[in-house]
Amino acid sequence: MKFAVIVFPGSNCDLDMYHAVKDELGEEAEYVWHDSTDLSGYDGILLPGGFSYGDYLRCGAIAQSSPVMDEVKKAAEAGKPVLGICNGFQILTEAGLLPGVLLRNKNLKFMCRTVGLKVENANTLFTNEYMAGQEIRIPIAHGEGNYYCDDATYEQLKNNNQIVFSYADDFNGSRNNIAGIVNERGNVLGMMPHPERAVSDLIGGSDGLSLFKSIVKQWREANVSHA
Amino acid sequence: MRKVKIYVTLRESVLDPQGSAVMGSLHKMGYGEVEDVRIGKYLELMITDDAGDVDALVNEMCQKLLTNTVIEDYRFEIEEAVSQ
Repeated sequence: MKFAVIVFPGSNCDLDMYHAVKDELGEEAEYVWHDSTDLSGYDGILLPGGFSYGDYLRCGAIAQSSPVMDEVKKAAEAGKPVLGICNGFQILTEAGLLPGVLLRNKNLKFMCRTVGLKVENANTLFTNEYMAGQEIRIPIAHGEGNYYCDDATYEQLKNNNQIVFSYADDFNGSRNNIAGIVNERGNVLGMMPHPERAVSDLIGGSDGLSLFKSIVKQWREANVSHA
Repeated sequence: MRKVKIYVTLRESVLDPQGSAVMGSLHKMGYGEVEDVRIGKYLELMITDDAGDVDALVNEMCQKLLTNTVIEDYRFEIEEAVSQ
């Protein structure tokens, strides 16, 4: 399976994302610059964390208007897996690929630590290697991870099982502790925690690896014919 | 040239932790009469005379990039700018 790691000016988790896919997972990965206009050769799209365009205007707002985002939208429409982590999540909401928005943390602090997450939906292409209700530990590193949406959107998320991860504790003010959501179709996931930073016990934990394994497993089942 | 002054404010339903922190600070300084603080943004655009319908243009730019209408409201004023 071949992944594109989209790189914006100011992305800073692109190397971790590449490492997770290439070295820990053993799949193909390539960096793709934000002005690219063709993602047709990739099976999965990864939007890494960082501070694209210095978070100017609003986090993710300027990256959202990059040429490559039209291609990311096409990939999402084609049903390819699209994963946005941290700033990647912010870009996906600004682009309208996911509902809601990420606001400043309620205590106004940038927080960098490992937190407990609950797998709310283990029935997505991103979480089939987890168990429903499983508690995992994944690092977070954000100043604007306070997920906000209006009541109607929240009801919709809940009723469609689009809430995929929630925080064990409330520390940033996110509505109902939401840490990650998918689109209605289930092929676009945005999450604030960093699974790519938890892919080996050597770096403090491997709970994030199952997320990448889930994507590959689903893709193999759909695309590789068995003799 | 025309000068467009755009005021971006957080929607009333959205909490403003920055505004709350500033209000706390004002209270500590003795300004107990402050009941609420909301922090917004102010943008200025200079638009060329051949731009046509500036009103429609600015609305479009606000909706596509300058604001996020999930959490923000905006209003703007258009002024004739004197060229230097």
